[in-house]
Amino acid sequence: MAHGPRTPFDNKIVEWVDSRLPVFTMIQKEYGVFPTPKNFNYFWNFGALAMVMLIIMIMSGVVLAMHYTPNAAMAFSSVERITRDVNWGWFLRYLHMNGASMFFIAVYIHIYRGLYYGSYKQPRELLWIFGIIIFLLMMATAFMGYTLPWSQMSGWGATVITSLFSAIPVVGKTLVMWLWGGFSVDNPTLNRFFALHYLLPFIITAVVGLHVWALHVVGSNNPTGIDPKGPQDTLPFNPYYTIKDMFGLSVFLIVYAILVFYAPTLLTHQDHFVPFNPMVTPAHIVPEWYFLPFYAILRAITFDLNVYLLAAGALIGVLVYQYCWRKTPDARIAPHAPKLIAAAAIIGLPGFALAFLKDIEALKGIIDHIPLQGFHIMEAKLGGVLAMFGAILMLAVLPWLDRHPVRSGRYRPWFRIALGGFVVCAVILGYVGAQPAEQPWVAIGQLATLYYFAFFLVIVPWLSNNEPVAVLPNSIHEAVLAEKK
Amino acid sequence: MTDHSIPSHDVPADAARRDFLYLTTGAVAAVGAGVTGWTFVDSMNPAADTLALSTTEVNVSAIETGQAVLVTWQGKPVFVRRRTADEIQAAKDVDIATLRDPQADDARVQAGHEQWLVLVGICTHLGCVPLGTKQGEPKGDFGGWFCPCHGSHYDTAGRIRKGPAPKNLLVPPYAFSSDTVIKIG
Repeated sequence: MAHGPRTPFDNKIVEWVDSRLPVFTMIQKEYGVFPTPKNFNYFWNFGALAMVMLIIMIMSGVVLAMHYTPNAAMAFSSVERITRDVNWGWFLRYLHMNGASMFFIAVYIHIYRGLYYGSYKQPRELLWIFGIIIFLLMMATAFMGYTLPWSQMSGWGATVITSLFSAIPVVGKTLVMWLWGGFSVDNPTLNRFFALHYLLPFIITAVVGLHVWALHVVGSNNPTGIDPKGPQDTLPFNPYYTIKDMFGLSVFLIVYAILVFYAPTLLTHQDHFVPFNPMVTPAHIVPEWYFLPFYAILRAITFDLNVYLLAAGALIGVLVYQYCWRKTPDARIAPHAPKLIAAAAIIGLPGFALAFLKDIEALKGIIDHIPLQGFHIMEAKLGGVLAMFGAILMLAVLPWLDRHPVRSGRYRPWFRIALGGFVVCAVILGYVGAQPAEQPWVAIGQLATLYYFAFFLVIVPWLSNNEPVAVLPNSIHEAVLAEKK
Repeated sequence: MTDHSIPSHDVPADAARRDFLYLTTGAVAAVGAGVTGWTFVDSMNPAADTLALSTTEVNVSAIETGQAVLVTWQGKPVFVRRRTADEIQAAKDVDIATLRDPQADDARVQAGHEQWLVLVGICTHLGCVPLGTKQGEPKGDFGGWFCPCHGSHYDTAGRIRKGPAPKNLLVPPYAFSSDTVIKIG
């Protein structure tokens, strides 16, 4: 890394090390004098906060592992023993348990920051993708960690999530047996989940290393989204942002401490304190809060994909491509657009009726006469799984869906409204995910899921071509001075 | 200037031999890596002792008509239900063309033992245990079972009627050892 000319250090020991391996030069370059845009707001704290949470999780996790027994017969009591008998065990457990929530809070705000200020855009696409990989690894780690206390929620959560893979055609069942190491979620499953739960954080650490490396190659984005043009636009990282991060960290840790000391089980379901019983499913299997929006998307697909919906979807896809993804629609297609819309509506109607209106008694007489209804392109189960993973894939491909030249949401009033709607939808999905699978929650979840995907596949591409390009300030410096007036 | 008689970009005389050695060595290494990798992957499959979990025998003489019991087979819950005449009739009366996973009632019970319904009690959606076996539990809109996780309804033959599950509840392999004992597995 730091291969350039090296300034000698005054301290002899530091100099001895640095002349052999220039770590001090690297720290000085990347965290001391590193030129950082001078206009960061507090949204820029959350990357550092997430990093601190990763360190706290690994440290508390290593100590907890010294007291934990990954065996189906003993896991639950070993966790109870940690809470009751091990010195400071209650503290370490609640630190780790609520740490997962705080980690996800930091990461969700960090992702929102990236969305709002366009941090995913050129040249930060790879940096962004590393971030999404970290997010996926975090979800896997959190899920397996939740299994370890071997409670009702642990065992049944593990059952529901591993069973997702049975939706994969042909190999699904074999794959799930391989994941379980048996015929159901049992001791072999717990053993391997513990091994992986211990391993994955170190892989996350490695990907965080790549994420930070990529960041230090292209430099940080900033609230204006304008690249720094010279020294008047930047500040050295130390002391300006070390101090700002420390302040943010103090506030963040106060919230964390309140959770750990005053409400350690606030975010945890009661069934997480009941030992796992493979013969009895709890009345409501609810994942941890940070998975709820994705769980709601999984459950939103309650219908099999029928031929009508597929055909109508293909027609709508053509229209979306022509009118949203392209700047101007193809001249050969444009004159036929009204016909295409009409065709999509006519073909889509029976599909919509089969998918959503089947349970309405009054319409039963009509719906039962729709032909080809036994013919399913894709079962609801696979559809739900694809939608859930697709929801995360959307984030990963966002740099290529959003081609608008302006980076920051500060100068994109239209995008800002669409993104606001996206956040509202995510919150609604989170709420729906915690509700039983009944109306009106199913319908609300379906509408929110529709907006979630429309945001990425329709609205953002359309805005890329149609949102007016604002006149941007000449530099960060100028933008900061303008704010002062 | 020195005179080099063989320029560096010239093809060596034994090129074919080198290519052969390169490809065969590579192929052997790839097969070796693949075989070794497979042992790692396959070690995660169910072990011999797990697979050896044998059959389960159930004495059904104590089950009254209209009642059901929950037994364990290969670590999985199994429902054994003694159906009433009405329940059997309801299961037979369904037009199977309207079912998501079309199957006649006859195909899900054994001839001569129509009152006995034996099912693996795992929802085909995401693996929860549906309610409806114990008295007082909700049996769903079709009098069979109801899965509380994502709202799948099963009828009195254990067939999926409503909700997200794609398949009927699985009928495990079983045989009547006598009139009152069922051997599952």
